[in-house]
Amino acid sequence: MSHDAPDAGAAMAAAAQMTALRTPSDLDNAAAIAAAGTASRRRRAVVWTVRVAAIVAWLVSWEVSATYWIDPFYYSKPSAIWHRLVDWFTKGTAQGSIWTQIAATLEEAVIGFVLGAILGVVLGILLGRSRFLSDVCAPFIKAANAVPRIVLASLFVIWFGLGMSSKIATALVLVFFAVFFNAFQGAREVDRNLINNARILGASRTQVLTSIVVPSATSWILASLHAAFGFALIGAVVGEYTGADRGLGLLIATAQGSFDAAGIYAGMIITTVIALLAEWLLGGLENRLLRWRPPVAGAEAQI
Amino acid sequence: MTDDPVIRLRGATKRFRGASGVHTAVHDLTMDVRPGEFVAVVGPTGCGKSTTLSLVSGLEPASAGEVLVRGEPVRGIPAGVGYMFQQDAIQPWRSVLDNVAAGPRWRGTPKAQARELARGWVERVGLGGFEGYYPHQLSGGMRKRVALAQTLVNEPEILLMDEPFSALDVQTRGLMQDELLRLWAGSGAAVIFVTHDLEEAIALADRVVVMTAAPATVKASFDVPLARPRDVEEVRLTAEFLDIYREVWDSLREEVARSREQAVKAEGGRRVA
Repeated sequence: MSHDAPDAGAAMAAAAQMTALRTPSDLDNAAAIAAAGTASRRRRAVVWTVRVAAIVAWLVSWEVSATYWIDPFYYSKPSAIWHRLVDWFTKGTAQGSIWTQIAATLEEAVIGFVLGAILGVVLGILLGRSRFLSDVCAPFIKAANAVPRIVLASLFVIWFGLGMSSKIATALVLVFFAVFFNAFQGAREVDRNLINNARILGASRTQVLTSIVVPSATSWILASLHAAFGFALIGAVVGEYTGADRGLGLLIATAQGSFDAAGIYAGMIITTVIALLAEWLLGGLENRLLRWRPPVAGAEAQI
Repeated sequence: MTDDPVIRLRGATKRFRGASGVHTAVHDLTMDVRPGEFVAVVGPTGCGKSTTLSLVSGLEPASAGEVLVRGEPVRGIPAGVGYMFQQDAIQPWRSVLDNVAAGPRWRGTPKAQARELARGWVERVGLGGFEGYYPHQLSGGMRKRVALAQTLVNEPEILLMDEPFSALDVQTRGLMQDELLRLWAGSGAAVIFVTHDLEEAIALADRVVVMTAAPATVKASFDVPLARPRDVEEVRLTAEFLDIYREVWDSLREEVARSREQAVKAEGGRRVA
């Protein structure tokens, strides 16, 4: 696949040349715009070609080295992982249908995420707006944040048993701190001018909170929600890993118990796909809620 | 009621506790504003002019002295006060129309009625057709128009303006000054317009109050007997305007010089420290 690289370079150079040569005058403005459009399409095509080439090169080199040099028992290989995934989806897993496992993990993650986010937003805004409360609570919050929260999963298994609630609790705790600190910061950094203006225009304390503070903090909160769903998923999987009767974490734990490297990879891939889908959904929500924001310069180049 | 001052400051003083001790922003401030009067307050940059507006609006309580609005001591924000800030204070997440409708909505006007009212004011400040735009899609001058409509939709009896046009380019500023005079005429609102631009002050106001360098207090007051309605661009070129300008500038000049000395001294002190 190495012959793709010079091709891509040439296409990129051609695209750059095209935009450089076309100076937009009144006469060929339309032509220049069309050329710029073509150039950006071509650039995108090049980016995707390189991405696909990189992934193919990685998978092929893994497959080849696992076949000839390294021990696939420890490192597995792409074809084995693929077969495991196909197996799970067509014949089911040792714990039953793969969909049951996915549904269990997803349910725990979503419930933990929603509860944790609500709690984080409410407490974050409350403490962000009240100097007294934040002064009183600051050391406790810092201490709680310093606790290695993954360890709490073991505690929650003892408290809530092997059922769903212990996993929800783990996800909730992870999500809460991620959201809380952003909501707190967002509520603190509300423009004083905006608040004063609203008060003069006749807003009551509650109205200032709902129509100035909350919308101001929204961009902070939404930014944290991206990371937070990832944390919810981690919480659910780690919770299942600690002790459960179903879920993706249990699947991975079982695979580990039987030295099944392909099973661990397959579980990882499913979890990753779920996280990416959630990320995409949250991105859509963010775009809808933050329509009022000016478009970010160079948004294309962002990851 | 007709000629009783609507705003009355009696020895008003405001002190702030800062990092380097207590700082007096305004000191022993005494002035009156009659209903419907347009008063411009000029003074050196950073002398505490804006603090005067905070006291009248009730956003900041006075440390000493009296602040009366309609004969009542100011506690909290008095009814019928509008305030235009120096920086943008409109809500970036609301459209032009919803920004203008915000005041009536917060005061309990039903949504449809508030929007109808807002639509009229958006039209009146010359933003017809831009109702659905978000602030980031507008120019600086247009955002000022939104702020103006947002303030005027509440039909304030007292209009406080804190260098509202200082961030605009010269042409836009002239346009906005004319716009302000046009909208203010016949509203019967008393205006305190804070600025460091003496030309702007004389072109707009019935009376110009000169403040001293920090801590600010009233130094002198000059009547501006120019006929209304005024065209801001035209009136600047008349002989009467220049006479008044010279007279007021004589008074203001010393304060500007003193304020500059203070700034240099403060800067020097910081360097030494």
